[in-house]
This record gives sequence, structure tokens and C-alpha cells, in this order.
Amino acid sequence: MSRGSRTDASLRDWRPGADRERLALRAEVLAGLRAWFSARGVMEVETPLLSPAGSSDPAIDSLETTLAGRSFFLHTSPEFAMKRLLAAGTGDIYQICRVFRAGEAGRRHNPEFTMLEYYRLGYDDRRLMDEVDELIRAVLGERQRLGPTVRLSYAAAMRRHAGIDPHGDATPALIDALWAADIDVPDSLVDDRDALLNLLLATVVEPRFDPSALTFLHDYPASQAALSRLRPGPPATAARFEVFLGGMEIANGFHELADAQEQGARFGQEARARAAAGRDCPPADRRLLAALAAGLPDCAGVAIGVDRLVMIAGGCETIDEALAFAIERA
Amino acid sequence: MASYSTNEFRSGLKILLDRDPCIIVENEFVKPGKGQAFNRVRIRNLKTGRVVDKTFKSGESVEAADVVDTDMQYLYEDGDFWHFMVPDTFEQYAADANAVSDARQWLKEQDVCQVTLWNNSPLIVAPPNFVELTITETDPGVRGDTAQGGVKPAHLETGAVVRVPLFIEQGEVIRVDTRSGEYVSRVKD
Repeated sequence: MSRGSRTDASLRDWRPGADRERLALRAEVLAGLRAWFSARGVMEVETPLLSPAGSSDPAIDSLETTLAGRSFFLHTSPEFAMKRLLAAGTGDIYQICRVFRAGEAGRRHNPEFTMLEYYRLGYDDRRLMDEVDELIRAVLGERQRLGPTVRLSYAAAMRRHAGIDPHGDATPALIDALWAADIDVPDSLVDDRDALLNLLLATVVEPRFDPSALTFLHDYPASQAALSRLRPGPPATAARFEVFLGGMEIANGFHELADAQEQGARFGQEARARAAAGRDCPPADRRLLAALAAGLPDCAGVAIGVDRLVMIAGGCETIDEALAFAIERA
Repeated sequence: MASYSTNEFRSGLKILLDRDPCIIVENEFVKPGKGQAFNRVRIRNLKTGRVVDKTFKSGESVEAADVVDTDMQYLYEDGDFWHFMVPDTFEQYAADANAVSDARQWLKEQDVCQVTLWNNSPLIVAPPNFVELTITETDPGVRGDTAQGGVKPAHLETGAVVRVPLFIEQGEVIRVDTRSGEYVSRVKD
């Protein structure tokens, strides 16, 4: 066999996954986002990709590396560092950066992807939802005709599309709803209420959202608050929202938790959940706690998946088609 | 025992599920927002052929099915079993109708097939990609009609029926692609 033919066979994937047109579209989306924030006086910032603290989220794993004998983690989101900037008095800020998540690869996931994260002082989750609606419409522009936006509470969506009450129903009712939709439930899930709700959301509820309209899901269960404030109930809910379009999740926002003590307690809970699930527990970000103690201004923030916006604008079936080089070609 | 994490799931991977060997047909990673991630996997049971959809928590591990693909020569059929031999060692294996399945219509004595063994017994028989078989019955050939593109059914010595061009005659040997079941060419002696 000649040398040339061997190279052809094994390295055909030197080519980008996104064609020229989609690479140009990506550049246009990035430029559009920057222009949009610039016009509104939101300042662009850059924070480190490497941090001695890792992700505390029970379902997100950080990639680890070493530097001069010390352990560092590639950030899974710029959230903690950006909150430190807010506490230091920057005012409204945004960042567009690569984030890294171990083990997330698939049709709509790549272990490194581009995230837009931004914060607005004095906003709550409701007001931020209005602005995110505007932003996404502006960025997609004429390429994607969007129907009227749908806003649904988490409870209303679950009731409408899965026939369950996410705040009240016990696990057997959730399992029944999954079985009714022909979704197999692994044994390891039967006592894990939030995991069952997540499976219902991903496999039963989300596929029924209008793929050509923005769907805002708000008032998540308090147990899924992540880094958002709680609204007293009953039932208590989290001031958190997610945005769906084209059968995908494209954004996640919070009325940000500002209470250092509560944040410390959540780090503890998350570490226990990680340990119970057999995941390693990287050090929590103590500088974030110090910044919260010094005072985080009242604000709302949101993370938006830029690659997914490019997928929607470019009519891509897979994230590979929206990236120059997804992990298989990296 | 070897095992695979859900991170390694891809189509074609052979795993053990409820103690049966299975093959992954399709794997989708789903992750709702910030919560638990899952792999929604379409799986075919290699013993029964049944296809099921299973959910795995991402990060879980599944036992690998200890299956081995071996090239074997097809010997003969005795009514219940199809017999194969490993050319180097002369070891013989008997495959049942389930294992032979659709491959039976292409099996010609002495042809080399790929036999997948599980616990040392044949689980799947895959015929060669191309086989050369004699036509036992077909309508008389239409002379000179080599360009028209018309086709007719032809019965082959192994029992398969394929569509062949009109000019092909009974008794001729043809080359067939077993993956598509399509006529490829005439084989000249």
C-alpha cells in the first residue's frame, strides 16, 4: 500500500465538521452578540479557564490538570469568577468563552463548547427572561422565524405533558409516567426523585415543546435550585429558568443566590451528593464565598449555549456540523 | 471481567444485558439542564434478535459480552444444524437456525464465513460480502439485450432469489453482494 493512500484512509477527518458557510455563520453570531452587548453598555470580561477549585455541581465533572505540581481544573462555567468581578463592582458584564465538561459527548454535546454568560444588576429572573427572548431573536434574526414565545412554570409543563405534579407526587407516580411513555427506568434511579424528574423532562416533556418557538421553563423545584434564590412557597420554588428551542436546551438562568452562608451550605450538600454517587469532590471555590460575604449586588445571570444557537441558525443536525473540530476531529 | 462505561458506548459495541449478549444499535446522550445525564440506548439481543430501548445513568458501567469473531469454512447442513470448521485447527462448530438466520440463503460449501462465538458456541453467522453462485432456474435469456436495464428473478443453488439482467442464462455463475442481496456481475469461467 502506498503511503498516500494510508494517510487518506486514517486521517480523512483532518477536515472541519462545519463547512465554510457555517464557519462564517458562527463568526457572524459571535460578532452579533458582541455588538448587542456593546450597544447596551454591558462590558466584556475574560476570566481564567484554570482554577484550583472545580465544579461543585453534582452532575458536572471537571477536567483536571497539573501546573507546577499543583492541581488545577478547567472551568465548567465562568460563573464563580464572574460573580467575584460583580462583587468587586464591575457592573453589568458578559463573557464568551470555551468551557469544559468531562464525559459530555453526543449529538448535541461536545466536551468543550462555547458559552455566553452574562449578568444584569437589579434584574430578577422574570426580567432577564424578557431580555434573553429579545437577545435570541436578535441573534437568529431572519434565519429562523420564531413563533410566539411560550412561558410555562416547571409544574405546568410537567402537568400538561407528563400528567404529574413535580412538587407533590412521590417516586412511584413518576416511574408510572415514564413507563406510560415507554421509557425504561434503570434500577439505580427508583429512589432518586430529581433524577426521575430530569429523565421525564428530557424524554417526555421537552420533545413536546414547539421546536420553532422559544419555550421558557421557570420556577424549578427547590431541590434543583443550583445557584439560584429560593421563592418561599408553598411549594417553594427556585428562581431559575431554562430556555428550549429546536428540541434543545439553549439557556439556563438564575436570580442569583447572594447569601454566602446559604452558598456554603449548598457546596456542602453538593459535595455529599457527589460522594454518595461515587464522584470525586474537587475543592469548593472559597474565593467565591469570600466575595459573596463581601456583598454580591442583587442580579440575575444566564448561560447560553452559543454552539446550539449556531446549530439552529445553520440548520445543523449535530454539534459537529457547527464546530470547526469537535472532539472526534480534535 | 471486562466492562464498558457509558462514555464508551457506540453502535456495534457488544455488551451483556440480563446475561444475554447484545449489540448497541444506537446510543444517544441526553442531559437535561444541570441534572443527571443519561444514555438512551437501542439494543439488539443477539440470541433472540429482539430490539429494546434501555436507559442508563451516564457513568454507569456494563459488562462486555465476551464474543469472538472467527473465520470458518462452511461444511454442510444436516437438517437441524449448519456445520463450520476453523481451517487452521480443524475444530468444528454447529450453528442453529437462529445463528444462521438470513445467512442461510448464501451458504455454499467451502465458502469462508465470519462466525461470532459466544461461550464457545456460534451466535451469529455472517456470509462473505460477495459470493459466486450458479443459477438453477430463470427465464431464458434475451440475446443482445445488455444495455436495456430490464431485470428478472433468478433462483440460485443455495436457495436465494436475486434480480438479474435479462441477458443472464440458467446455469451461469454470478457474483452477488450478500449485504444488499444484489447482482454484481457475471462470472466468466
